[in-house]
Amino acid sequence: MQPFTTLAAPACPLPLANVDTDQLIPARFMKRPRSEGYGRFLLHDLRFTEDGTVRPDSPLDRPERAGARVLVARRNFGSGSSREAAVYALVDAGFRCVLAPSFGDIFASNAVNNGLLPARLEEREIEQLLAWLEQGGRDLTVDLEACAVRAGNHRFGFAIDPVWRTKLLNGWNDLDLTLSHAEAIAAFAEADARRRPWAGLPPLGPEAG
Amino acid sequence: MAEAPPRRTLFDKLWDAHVVLTREDGQSLLWIDRHFFHEGSHHAFAQLRARGAKVARPALNIGVADHYVPTRTPQRSIADSGIAGMVQGLEANARAHGTRLYGLHDPRQGIVHVVGPEQGLTLPGLTIVCGDSHTSTHGAFGALAFGIGASEVAHVLMTQTLWQRKPKRMRVTVEGTLPAGTGAKDLALAIIARIGADGAQGHAVEYTGSAVRGLSMEGRLTLCNMAIESGARCGMVAPDATTVGFLRGRPLAPQGAAFEQAAEAWLALPGDAGAEFDREVSLQAGEIAPIVTWGVSPEDALPVTAAIPDPDRANDPSRAAQIRDALDYMGLRPGQRLEEVPIDRVFIGSCTNSRIEDLRAAAAVLAGRKARVPGLVSPGSSLVKRQAEQEGLDRIFREAGLEWVESGCSMCVGMNGDLVPAGERCASTTNRNFKGRQGKGARTHLMSPAMVAAAALAGHIADVRPMLEGRS
Ligand code: SF4
Repeated sequence: MQPFTTLAAPACPLPLANVDTDQLIPARFMKRPRSEGYGRFLLHDLRFTEDGTVRPDSPLDRPERAGARVLVARRNFGSGSSREAAVYALVDAGFRCVLAPSFGDIFASNAVNNGLLPARLEEREIEQLLAWLEQGGRDLTVDLEACAVRAGNHRFGFAIDPVWRTKLLNGWNDLDLTLSHAEAIAAFAEADARRRPWAGLPPLGPEAG
Repeated sequence: MAEAPPRRTLFDKLWDAHVVLTREDGQSLLWIDRHFFHEGSHHAFAQLRARGAKVARPALNIGVADHYVPTRTPQRSIADSGIAGMVQGLEANARAHGTRLYGLHDPRQGIVHVVGPEQGLTLPGLTIVCGDSHTSTHGAFGALAFGIGASEVAHVLMTQTLWQRKPKRMRVTVEGTLPAGTGAKDLALAIIARIGADGAQGHAVEYTGSAVRGLSMEGRLTLCNMAIESGARCGMVAPDATTVGFLRGRPLAPQGAAFEQAAEAWLALPGDAGAEFDREVSLQAGEIAPIVTWGVSPEDALPVTAAIPDPDRANDPSRAAQIRDALDYMGLRPGQRLEEVPIDRVFIGSCTNSRIEDLRAAAAVLAGRKARVPGLVSPGSSLVKRQAEQEGLDRIFREAGLEWVESGCSMCVGMNGDLVPAGERCASTTNRNFKGRQGKGARTHLMSPAMVAAAALAGHIADVRPMLEGRS
């Protein structure tokens, strides 16, 4: 995964609350393999009309938002379904950071696993950023080292779980770390089977069908 | 004198029992007792393939076909090749890795969150994960159960563990008795309306109090299913005699003496008296009325007797914008009475409300009456379907004019093609009224099975209570 340190990029306002993962990527697109790229499914039904043309009011497709890599949204962003495809859609569309007052827990964890920064700002700071963008603001800087956002004259600190911050800064993946603990895991499993004999499952027999 | 051991909540006990190790930064590596996967888990299996990796503990990973399965075709045949590929892909992955599988043609097939408890795969004291946010459902047994994303699914498949930071603890206490005509769904929606769709974010929620203890396992499953709709990491109810009674004799639960030994361990799981929570919320069951949603988030929920809110009276501009956006999508007017909202169709099903008690509750309202709108009834599992047919419930639904179909996620999410047409309004027993959830442009009103039955009969949102008079 690509490390995330500082991102200076255009931002796009999405002044909506409760943007759930069903909206981020409607279920009907999730049969596709990721290799096809998920970017064009991002917020599909908000952006496109029935015949596939861009809606004139699509917040993501305004010419002045071209190349946006930061999304600014209202509270409870990414709530709902655990579909990681919602993160794939954002990442494949070029986004590397979402700024919002709060995030769905599973979404935020999926985001970090894909190098997308979910940074929490205060509700009134988000409102100020949205207003700044509406008044013509465009580029902002997200500094993960300092946990800070700079936009025009605004300077805001943001919140992120410190472990997630470290993972993003280094571009780490959990799996290699876990595999280095293989012995501890095996020892736990063995002791646990004695402690909780009822918790296991019989090996697969014909009953499993 | 030695210091007294710390008082632990149910959640603390579950957590402690599964920690393999904790890093300095506070992340813990948790042992996972059960991992359920479904058709949508294909991204995770692709990650295994890319690494050339195998499933570490096949016996603890269980495949279930539910999200994409057909519900209305003869022999459950699938015409759409994309959908067929999803179901076959699941079965191929289960076979390739030697895991358990409840596939499309298995007589025990059903929605993963119905099959787990039904088969005794879900037990108290377990950690249970699935690449599905409604995994919180299994917390009804006093298990630590939560939804995860595809990267985490791949991690569990390869290691049977997961890195997690310990969430905060929240207790929701509901005392009293739920009034006639209300149930677990109304309670779940009332809680979400109170605390908001993100009200429990970052928290493990324990539901407690006499009203919760009074719920059947089916009711507790409904309540914990909706925990995620308040943003909770997981929801749970402490195991008790109701829990043990439900599990006795389930095919994959311990049997005989092993069961009695397990039950003893389970009944020791409830939290210590005086254990502390980071947050407390309490509700009075007696004040709960039948609840319906009017907007595009489960927090947009009101008693059926209420009127649709007016954005001009909202206390802040962002909430006003949210209400306006919701009313625009839902095609509703501020001040309109909920009971005047016409319905185009109904859906009874989903992991929230498709168990036998849910079907009985809907049938009790529908018996001997005719629906004014079309609708679908999809039982939570093929075994629930069989039981309902033995009880004659299928006849009641059919005679009322509703379609009685096979088991699956069906119209909850429409992945199998059971969709609500654009612009239509559906009274639904599901858990999400998100934009486009039941189909592009579809409008969803969430409510209990009894309330959906009432809406079907009236052709508009209706209070079920008068319709229940003189019925059990
Ligand atoms: S029934 Fe609906 S909510 Fe439940 S698992 Fe299926 S799609 Fe998800």
